[in-house]
Amino acid sequence: MVTATLQTPASTVRGDNDDHRTQVPASENRTAEALDRARAAAARVTDPEMPMLTLVDLGVLRDVAIEDGRVVTTITPTYSGCPAMATMRDDLQRELQDAGFEGAEVRVSLTPAWTSDWITEEGRKALKGAGISPPGQAPRHTGPVALTLMPTKRALSCTLCGSANVKLSSEFGPTACKAMYQCLDCLEPFEHVKEI
Amino acid sequence: MTNEPSIHVDHDEAGANIEHGDHENAYSGLLVNDAHWAFGTDFEDPLAGVDTTVPSGVDPKDLAAYCLMLGDDALVFSQRTSEWCSSAPDLEEDIALANIALDLLGQSRLLLARSAAADPSLVPQLPEGSPVPDEDRLAFFREDLAFRNVRLAEVPNGDFAEAVAKILIYSTWRLAIFERLQSSRDSVLSAIAVKGVKEMSYHRDFAGRWVLTLARGTEESKTRLLTALEGLWPLWDELFETHPVEASVAAAGIGVDPAEVADEAGVILDQVLAAAGIERPVRGALAGVRGQKGRDGLHTEALSKMLADMQVVARQYPEGQW
Repeated sequence: MVTATLQTPASTVRGDNDDHRTQVPASENRTAEALDRARAAAARVTDPEMPMLTLVDLGVLRDVAIEDGRVVTTITPTYSGCPAMATMRDDLQRELQDAGFEGAEVRVSLTPAWTSDWITEEGRKALKGAGISPPGQAPRHTGPVALTLMPTKRALSCTLCGSANVKLSSEFGPTACKAMYQCLDCLEPFEHVKEI
Repeated sequence: MTNEPSIHVDHDEAGANIEHGDHENAYSGLLVNDAHWAFGTDFEDPLAGVDTTVPSGVDPKDLAAYCLMLGDDALVFSQRTSEWCSSAPDLEEDIALANIALDLLGQSRLLLARSAAADPSLVPQLPEGSPVPDEDRLAFFREDLAFRNVRLAEVPNGDFAEAVAKILIYSTWRLAIFERLQSSRDSVLSAIAVKGVKEMSYHRDFAGRWVLTLARGTEESKTRLLTALEGLWPLWDELFETHPVEASVAAAGIGVDPAEVADEAGVILDQVLAAAGIERPVRGALAGVRGQKGRDGLHTEALSKMLADMQVVARQYPEGQW
């Protein structure tokens, strides 16, 4: 029943592959080259709240395209109230401008909804490296959302000492996407990116 | 930048005249350079680039009115919940309440923007050149009688037990509606619902766990919880009453008739109460005025006071650049 157009996931952004390039006219070659440069520039932009992640790592950069000679990028919010969307847009436009693309457009896509499963392997490593516990697999609902009256059980380990003896302090943390944990062995408090 | 503000401080503390270029003024940099702010100072259309074409078979005015109802619920309840900032029993709960308020505010922005896109005539007029976007015009420049939220959303805050009881009732009701709204024929409403379901699942669990904790805690915590539920209960029935706009959008496959979720929401609430070892309060519903309630724009006095507080700065500067 949902009729919204699905956006192309960032991992498969459209563009010509090398086999095709030899057969296309020179102008299309230039477009393909420009698209590569635009994608590379967009891929350099980091998340304002978790700067160890690029927007690609986080899975919020959904598409980079060139329409009528203008770069159009598409991003999706992690949470409805994500206050970082305007900054992401400004950062994308700035980075693209520095790469020679004036007036890039940034569109918002709401469908499909962001899930923490889109955080890339690279991104998960970067989170760990920064002392933030990466998310496990997001819950998949078929039918009504179940009520969970016991604290969420996650198999996590302390990002400092590696102990699995950790305790959930709060399902809500300093940003919309994180829960708070504490290690009961080394006592380190740490953040965990929530499964959503 | 063309709209660079020029703020000049003419005297130093000793009263001596000083010459200032913009770059020498500590404040001017804050206004022109977004990088100084955590998240910039610009407005952002939450539906930028989203296709807001109204689907066939629904009156755009009904779609807009329906989005306004849902958007007002989320906005008013977000504002109430955010009043808890820095007042919760401990830091974790303070942050949790702020996060819940933020999620609801985000949902509200999308819903109000969707409302404005479906029926621009709903949006209050402001002086020519005002930079205030539609969603903010709807939030800050409407009178109390134009708000369409259910009255539960506007109830003034009590103690922490009242906060978790209210969040439990709101999110149980709202989650049941949003789960159905995910299959709306309106792709924007559907997308808002898909995100909202993920977010409110956390809200409902948070509130449910606290209800259990308080009910099984001390006599004091249990008494406070029961008092809170008693106080809120007269507003339960209103949540499941069908307004003609809701009936119209539900028939068009765009919206949800709240009466349809009454049983499901009741069962979930009862599960929490049973686990907590407490009973549903026995109290009659709060009457409307000549049959009119929140969805008709008839509110309790509390909403007017809340809006006065929420809207005063925006109304003072209808052409303000934030």
